[in-house]
Amino acid sequence: MLRVEKLKIAGLPPLTFEVADAESMGIEGPSGSGKTRLARALADLEPADGHIFVNGAERQEIHPTQWRRMVRYLSAEPGWWTDTPREAFPADERSATARERLLAALGLAPELLDKPVSVLSTGERQRLALIRALIDAPPVLILDEPTSALDTRSTALVEELLRYRLLSGCTIVLISHDRSQIDRLCDLRLQLAPTGSIKPDGQVVR
Amino acid sequence: MNYVSLDVSQLALAASLILINGAISWAFALGLERTLLVNAVRMTVQLTLIGFVLKWIFAQTSPLWTLGLALIMMIVAGYEIVSRLSRRPRGFEAYLLGSGTLLIVGTLATVFTVAGLIGPEPWYAPRYVLPILGMVLGNAMTGIALTTSTLLESAVRDRTAIEARLALGHDRFTAFSETLRLSLKTGLMPIVNAMAASGIVALPGMMTGQILAGLDPIEATKYQIMIMFVIAGATALGVVIAGYASVLLITDARHRLRLDRLHAATKT
Repeated sequence: MLRVEKLKIAGLPPLTFEVADAESMGIEGPSGSGKTRLARALADLEPADGHIFVNGAERQEIHPTQWRRMVRYLSAEPGWWTDTPREAFPADERSATARERLLAALGLAPELLDKPVSVLSTGERQRLALIRALIDAPPVLILDEPTSALDTRSTALVEELLRYRLLSGCTIVLISHDRSQIDRLCDLRLQLAPTGSIKPDGQVVR
Repeated sequence: MNYVSLDVSQLALAASLILINGAISWAFALGLERTLLVNAVRMTVQLTLIGFVLKWIFAQTSPLWTLGLALIMMIVAGYEIVSRLSRRPRGFEAYLLGSGTLLIVGTLATVFTVAGLIGPEPWYAPRYVLPILGMVLGNAMTGIALTTSTLLESAVRDRTAIEARLALGHDRFTAFSETLRLSLKTGLMPIVNAMAASGIVALPGMMTGQILAGLDPIEATKYQIMIMFVIAGATALGVVIAGYASVLLITDARHRLRLDRLHAATKT
């Protein structure tokens, strides 16, 4: 369970919300409204005042590396630090099994793992980064536009995978420009209005 | 020892060579005449002053005065490191990084060389301590500036890759491992290359100086070999300290990448 209390992101009112286990929340809002900053703050990748709890434990009480193993942020354009995707994955056997299963679920050929990252398509890199983020089964997923570079069929596979994660108790926060995707996947939605707007924002609607 | 002393008229004759630079600047419209003049005067005044300062300090043979000048040299070299960075960190920590690293390696290398290897009487004799510290600082400074500069530049360029690793739960040094490797290698290249070139392409300055002062070339060579090893060791240590310190500088205690601690790119 993810609980946020009076989280202060520049340009937004203090945010308070709660996303239960097996529940998902969509974040909507135009570009520049603070969606990515909020997502990064949840994973403690950006300084923000306020409290964030996962299963009752507050962010400050937990070592940041441990926190990010529980609250996994996947950026809209994830970077790679290795020549081939395989080197970026943990090498132990359990991870390898999980990796093969996830590759199959997203319709990706295992050969992609040994191609140079630079020759992969944007969509392939995006799905491989999603697999990298899911491989150790973090309890909270913060996904920033995870299907922005994917066609309809691949998007459907990703959504199927996320639904499966929700069923197994995962908490998901999803940023998407695609309203219908949030309709399909999310139980809650958080509407962020552009900075300076008089419209009340930061409201969570069920 | 036999060496020819220079008098002022000989220096003046040498100074006239600056006219060649002036003529070139004028002929090609480089616009450097003024800078040339100012810097030539600056060089002359600075060297003359340091000559008198050294003469005075050598005459004292006081550990306190030696230490004083050594500290000034390390602080100035620290500033020089920061001024060579194309992306400068905000605040005073960068100066601390530069001068602090040099303080550690400068002290270690100089004490080891003078007290441990050469062993003059007294061991803090400024005639040995200050020139050796100067050589160590000059080389370590280059290595440290290159390492820090490369690390900060790469942190900006490879930001998404570093943050991807942090997001996966890697700690800051693991997330920076590739960047650190590249930066350390870059910082070590000059001294590694200098070792290969010395004696063939270039006669190192210290050896040349000792030969001009009338020392036997074999004796001068021994000194030069020793100092090359000292410089290489000091640079390696300095580069490693500066590399890790630079990671600390642009990350925080929560292992977050803090590029907001850097000023925008200035000169390269």
